[in-house]
Amino acid sequence: MTEPVPASPKAIEALRDEGPLAPPRSQAADVWAQFRKHKGAMMGAAVLIFITLAVLLGPYIWTLDPQRLDIRNKDLRPIYTALWDGTANVSWGHPFGTDNLGRDQLAQMIAGGRASLAVGWAAMVLSLLIGTGVGVLAGYFRRLDGPLMRITDLFLSLPILPLLLVAVTLFRQPLRAAFGPEGGMFILIVTIVGITSWMPTARIVRGDILALKEREFILAARSIGTTSGKIIRRHLLPNVLSPIMVSATLGLATAIITESALSFLGVGFPSDFPTWGKMLADAVPRMSEFPERVVLPGTAISLTVLSVNYLGDGLRDALDPRLRGR
Amino acid sequence: MKIKTLLMGAVAITGLAPAAFAERASDGQVNIIYWQAPSILNPFLTGGTKDIEAASLVLEPLARYDETGALVPWLAAEVPTLANGGFSEDKTQLTWKIQEGIVWSDGTPFTSADVKFTYEYCTDPQGGCAQLAKFENVASVETPDDLTVVVTFDSPVSNPYQPFVGAQSPILQQAQFADCTGANAPSCTDQNFYPIGTGPFTVAEFKPNDVITFEANENFRDPAKPAFATVNFKGGGDATAAGRAVMETGEFDYAWNLQLAPDVIASMEQGGMGTPVAGFGTGVERVMLNWTNPDPALGPDERAVIGPHPFLQEPAVFKAMSMAIDRPLLSEVGYGDAGKPTCSWVAGPEIYAIEVEGCFEQDIAGANALLDEAGFVDSDGDGIREANGVPMSLVFQTSTNAVRQDFQALLKQWWSEIGIETELRNIDASVFFGGDPGSPDTFQKFYADIEMYQNTFDGTDPQSYFGNGLCDKIPSPATQWQGENVSRFCMEEYDALHAQLTQIDDPEERVRISQELNRLAFENGMMIPLVHRGRISAASNTLGGVVLNVWDSELWNVADWYRID
Repeated sequence: MTEPVPASPKAIEALRDEGPLAPPRSQAADVWAQFRKHKGAMMGAAVLIFITLAVLLGPYIWTLDPQRLDIRNKDLRPIYTALWDGTANVSWGHPFGTDNLGRDQLAQMIAGGRASLAVGWAAMVLSLLIGTGVGVLAGYFRRLDGPLMRITDLFLSLPILPLLLVAVTLFRQPLRAAFGPEGGMFILIVTIVGITSWMPTARIVRGDILALKEREFILAARSIGTTSGKIIRRHLLPNVLSPIMVSATLGLATAIITESALSFLGVGFPSDFPTWGKMLADAVPRMSEFPERVVLPGTAISLTVLSVNYLGDGLRDALDPRLRGR
Repeated sequence: MKIKTLLMGAVAITGLAPAAFAERASDGQVNIIYWQAPSILNPFLTGGTKDIEAASLVLEPLARYDETGALVPWLAAEVPTLANGGFSEDKTQLTWKIQEGIVWSDGTPFTSADVKFTYEYCTDPQGGCAQLAKFENVASVETPDDLTVVVTFDSPVSNPYQPFVGAQSPILQQAQFADCTGANAPSCTDQNFYPIGTGPFTVAEFKPNDVITFEANENFRDPAKPAFATVNFKGGGDATAAGRAVMETGEFDYAWNLQLAPDVIASMEQGGMGTPVAGFGTGVERVMLNWTNPDPALGPDERAVIGPHPFLQEPAVFKAMSMAIDRPLLSEVGYGDAGKPTCSWVAGPEIYAIEVEGCFEQDIAGANALLDEAGFVDSDGDGIREANGVPMSLVFQTSTNAVRQDFQALLKQWWSEIGIETELRNIDASVFFGGDPGSPDTFQKFYADIEMYQNTFDGTDPQSYFGNGLCDKIPSPATQWQGENVSRFCMEEYDALHAQLTQIDDPEERVRISQELNRLAFENGMMIPLVHRGRISAASNTLGGVVLNVWDSELWNVADWYRID
C-alpha cells in the first residue's frame, strides 16, 4: 500500500559526521573530571568523608560512653606517647587517653564531632537558603533591591557573639521546654549562626544575578514569554551555583568555629555534652602537661575546616564552565 | 636551661645585695600581683577586695583579725573586752585606747579625732560609704582625750568589734580628708588615690587599674620595719598567669587568690620559684536544694516562690543524695590541699563545725536502699525513679568555672547511680552572682532544682551568717529577689534557736547553739555541704614572713615580710 520511504538525499549524506570522536559526556562527568584534577579538593573530600563516617559510625565501633567518668583511669596519655616516653601512663583501653575526670577522649572526640558537624551542616544549609533567596530576589526584582540590601547591611552590622548571649538568655527556657536541653540549644545555635552568616552569600549572588539578567540569553528567554520564576530556576540559579558552593563551604567552617567559640565561652551546650570546642576550652588550663587534649580536638576542627575549604575550591573550578577544562 | 640558670643567678644576686637583716628598707623591692587590678585606694568607696587589700598597705584599723581569726590590737593598745572593762556591762559602750606615739606618714600625730572623723566620714548621709554596715547600731563616737575613743551603740550588741576593725574599716586622716566628706567624697581624686596612712608603706605612684608603687613609710612606728624599700603592686591578668609569674618564672613575689585546680597549681609549683600558701576561712562549697517549685510552667510570681518542691523536701531524697557523694574525692579533684570534705554549713572557724557520721563515705547501696524504702522506685523502667508522681529529674545550675563543671559531672554520675537524673547548666559568673532582678539566671532567683556555689562571711562570728536560714530572708519578687535565704528553707525550730543565739553571750553556749543550727540545716535538707574551701595564694621562695590570713587583708602583715637570702 505504501511507497518505501525514499533514501535521504546524497548531499546531506555527504555532510554527515562519521560519528562522535569521543563518547558523549554528560555535564556531571565533565564536572567530575575537572574536580578530580584538583588534588587539594580530592584530599579535602577524602578527609571530610572520613571524618563524617567516623563520627556517624564511630559510636557503633567504639562503644564507650563519652560521658562516663572513670576517676581511677584519669589523666591517661594517648597511646602514641609511649613511643618516646616509656613511663607514660597509657592504656590500649583508651587510645586517645582520658581527661582529668577519666572520660575517654576518643569517645569524646566522636561524640563531639557529631555535635560540631551537625551544627556546621545545619547552620550552613540555613544560611545558604536565606542568602541565596535574598540575593536572587534583590538582584532580579529591582523594586526589592533597596530594602533587601539595607536589611543585609543591618544584619552585617550585628555582632554575633553578643547577639548569641542575649538570645541564649531569652530563648533558652522555651526551647528547652519544647526540645529538651540539647535539642533546644542545637536549634538556637543553628538559627543564630544561620541568620547572622547569610549576608556575604546574598551580596555575591545579587551581584552575579545583576550581571546575568542583562545577558542575551535571559532577554531571549523573556522574549519567548518565560515567567520570572522559570527564568530564575532554569537560567539564573545554575549560573550562580559556583559562588553559592564556595560560600557554603566557608559557611560550614564559620559555623563550626562559632560553635567552638560559644562552647569555649561556656554558653553553649550543657557542660557535659561534648563538642570539639568544649573539649578545647576544658583543656586550656592543663595545656602544658596534656597538650594532646588541645591538639586532638584542635586538629579535628582545623582538618574539617581546611578540607571543606579545599573542597569548595575544587567545586568552584569544576562547576564553572568557563574554568572547566583549563 | 640556660635561661633558668640566668634567672636563678639574677635572683641570687638580688638576694645577696641586702645583707643586713632587720633594718628598714634594706631588702629592695617586693613585687606583688593581684589578677584583679585596684582602681581606688579608699576602702570606704569600694566594695572590691582587691582595692581594700591594696589600701591595707597604707591604712590601718584599730584592731584586726590574725591568721587564727583572733582579734589582735593594731593601732589600739589593747582590745577592749568585758574582762578588762573596755566593753561596758550593759554592752552599749566600747572604749578604745590608742597606742602612744603613732604618727601619720606625714609626721603629724595620730589622734582619736581621726577615728571620730572616720566615723563621720562614712556615716555622712550624702557620702555613699561602702562600709556603712560596719557602723550599724553605732549611736556616737566620742573622744574624751587624744588617745581615747568611746563608741556608743544604740542598743546592746553581742559583737561590738565592727567599726574600726579589719581592713574594711581603717582610719583615715582628718587633715587630709576634711574637705572630702559627703557628696565631695568620690571627687577627691588625690585623697582617694594617695591616702596618708599609718601603715608600713606610702603611695608613691598610683595608676588606676594598672600598677601602684609604694615606698617604705619613714615614720612607721617600728623603726626596723618594713624590710622592703618599695612595693611594686601590679594588677590585672588572670589567675593562671599570676600563678605562673610567681611559681614558674619568679617575676613576682606574691600572687593573690589563685582559683585553680590542684593539679594545675602543682604543675606550676614544679617551676620551683615559689610555693602555694593555703588558708582556711569560712568558705564552703555546697549544693543548695530548692524548697520552692521552680517549674517553668508557673508564672513569674509563683515560680521559685511557692513551695513545696515536688520531691526535694522528702528526707529520703536529700539524705540519699548526700550519701551518694564521695566528698573526699571531690575535695581532692577540685581543691587538693586547699579543700577539706565537710558536712557543715559553717565549717570555719572549726569550733562551729559538726561531725556527721558517715559524711566522708560514699554509700550508693545505702542511698538506693533508703529511696526504695521510702517507696520512690523506678516504676516505668527508664532508669529514673519516680517520686510523688513525677520522675526524679533535677536541673543543676552553677557558675562557669572548670572546677565547678568537674564537680557537676561527678555529682551527675553518682546521682544517676541512685536513679536521679540531672541536667547540667552553667552560667557566666558575672550573671550568676550579679544579682540583677531582671535576669532569670541569678543564684538568688534559683530557677533550678539545685545549684552549687560558695559563700563566706566576714570575721569569725557566725551569728549573722546563720541568719541566712531564717524564714524572713527568703528572696521573692516582693523583695526584688534580694535575700540571703537562697534555698528558701523555713523552719520554726530553726528560727527560734537563732533568736536564742542572738541573746546569749556565753561562748560555750554560743558554740553549742551554732552547732545545733548547723545540724538543723544539714539534717533538714537546706543544703548539701561538699567541701570546706581554703584560699590559695602563692609566695616566692625568696619571700619570708608571709602568713596567709583569710579573716582579714592578705597583706595584713606586709611589714614583717623580708627577702630570704
